[in-house]
Amino acid sequence: MRDLTIDNVSMRFDLPNGTSVQALKNVSIDLKAGELLSVLGPSGCGKTTLLNIVAGFLAPTEGQVRLGDTPVTGPGPERGMVFQQGALFEWMSVRDNVAFGPRMKGRRERDWARDVDHLLDVVGLRDFKEKAIYELSGGMQQRVALARCLANEPDVILMDEPLGALDALTREKMQGLVLKLWNETGRTIILITHSVEEALLLGERLIVMAPRPGRIHREYRLPFAERGVSADLRSVKKSEGYAETREEILSMIWDMEEEIMGRVEAGAG
Amino acid sequence: MLILLIYVAIFVAAFLVVRMGIRRLTERHDFTSLKTVTFGDESAVRADRLASVISVVTIFVLWGAFTGSKLVPVHAPGPFIGDTEFSYTAERADGERDDATVAVRVHRVGEDVIPREIALGEGFAKNDVLTVGAWRSDLVRVDRNDEADERVKVVAIDGQPIAPGQKVKVANGSVTLSERGTPNFTPDKGWQMEPIWLPSPEAVVGRLFEIAGHGYQNSTLLQHLGWSMFRVIAGFFFGAMIGIPLGYAMGLSDWFRGWFDPIVEFMRPVPPLALIPLVIIWAGIGEVGKIILLFLAALWIMTIAARSGVSGVNLSKVHAAYSLGASKWQVLRHVIIPNSLPDIFTGARVAMGVCWGTVVAAELVAAEKGAGMMIMVASKFQLTDIVIMGIILIGVIGYGIDILMRVAERWLVPWKGRG
Repeated sequence: MRDLTIDNVSMRFDLPNGTSVQALKNVSIDLKAGELLSVLGPSGCGKTTLLNIVAGFLAPTEGQVRLGDTPVTGPGPERGMVFQQGALFEWMSVRDNVAFGPRMKGRRERDWARDVDHLLDVVGLRDFKEKAIYELSGGMQQRVALARCLANEPDVILMDEPLGALDALTREKMQGLVLKLWNETGRTIILITHSVEEALLLGERLIVMAPRPGRIHREYRLPFAERGVSADLRSVKKSEGYAETREEILSMIWDMEEEIMGRVEAGAG
Repeated sequence: MLILLIYVAIFVAAFLVVRMGIRRLTERHDFTSLKTVTFGDESAVRADRLASVISVVTIFVLWGAFTGSKLVPVHAPGPFIGDTEFSYTAERADGERDDATVAVRVHRVGEDVIPREIALGEGFAKNDVLTVGAWRSDLVRVDRNDEADERVKVVAIDGQPIAPGQKVKVANGSVTLSERGTPNFTPDKGWQMEPIWLPSPEAVVGRLFEIAGHGYQNSTLLQHLGWSMFRVIAGFFFGAMIGIPLGYAMGLSDWFRGWFDPIVEFMRPVPPLALIPLVIIWAGIGEVGKIILLFLAALWIMTIAARSGVSGVNLSKVHAAYSLGASKWQVLRHVIIPNSLPDIFTGARVAMGVCWGTVVAAELVAAEKGAGMMIMVASKFQLTDIVIMGIILIGVIGYGIDILMRVAERWLVPWKGRG
């Protein structure tokens, strides 16, 4: 398992009207192997851009992302990705979706069958493995997406609002599942989210980003993910420090949003 | 006009009977039946199958009723068939007048007829006989047996004065005086259609069996239809073979998109029918020309379908595949191609429909075999029953192709519309 280094990454691109956008400016993050990082920020702060750079879908204009000593130049199986929704393959069964990574590597079924079936057990989809994707509920689909990512045994798992489209109850169950998988597999995880609660519960480290240009505003080290591994998430929410931190971050983001609105209004006036 | 009014009346009557009567007795209790807002809720509108049945039956009943079909108990009044008379008044040059009778026998066209036998009667104007086919008319040379040195003039029909160019109603028909003064008898036509305009359903069915057994224009019915189908399938096959890879290339490469965009966008709105003359000039009227035409008809549709199938892929799927370690070829094989299949099937259904229409049109222009050729040749010989039979078969086959494509679609791309 390798460390992930985001080294002074900046991203700037031209618009058709001649101006340019500074989506990210001098973002540096060092992630030790097995760390769980959640990234929070108002819309337009470059969270998703940052994740796409780490995944290798976008190239930064400055700086570099390294996994161990290897620079990231494109997408690769060592950096798995879980999307919000719509990324599963409807033309394959649940099991074939989960086995996609091993199959693309040309491994035979007898080599991956046990791992894949085990993962389906872990995410609680053992009885659904021959079902079609469109027969599953939204929460089940995200469990397939998690299992599919894990089946590929990536060093880093990148999650782009994986639970954003789920209802509150399902979301809470899935948060528990993410923590469980993180604890059991020991993988490095970067989670992008809109939800402050989710960021607190699923972040050993939490980064709050600020917009225009997208940059790191504040970084926290939090105890709640550790607590959540052994306790139920609702009791974690009542535990010491949770409410205060939540308030602090909420008002921080609130201020940022206010500032953006103010700037927009000033620009309009 | 009358037929339209009857049709509307049946529509309204069936609606009232079914809605007020039968449906009240057999109320459904599914979810939709509990909806109170149905006007504007498209999902609550389901085709009333009883209405469909009545609709089809109505068409056949009207068809039968207005063609004197034996399969339908009620008929519109038919043409007058049988014997009738009218009298004419002839005037000689010296001013003397005399009446005589024309004994008319109206018969079905194509049947043998024996003229009526009558006495010549008194006076200088003698009685005449006339045989005329239903829906036809005929001149009565009334003066050919009259005792006169020069032409006599007809001045009245059934006692009503008449001059050349005028028309008089008589029993079971009407008489027009021609410009030269000869009465022209037209029997009543009734409301039914003459078989050369619209044959009865049983005549069409009879012709179907006759042609299925004996063939028409040197080929059996199955051969005619089979050749048409063969051309469609061959043209569609080649169109898909070239069009689908071309569409993929246009969806995956800037250069291909740029190169072929003007060609595809230009050719797409050109109706395949407009290409028939050019294809005939280049490739003649044989099979090659027709298959080239159908190839061109299918090509652009399939290209555009494949291109939109590629551009319709959710970027997350492609990203997910790459970050699961798939290569470009694997992304194409396992993500882009399956993802585009629903679009390709939609395109294939459209292309098959267009090809079927185009092949019939091409055969109308020039062919030795084929459904279109069959009805075109039949129309030249006024064989309306073959024309109607051909149209019905063409419709049935077109509908059948579409149903087959839909079944194949449900079987091969069950994930369509559920992404």
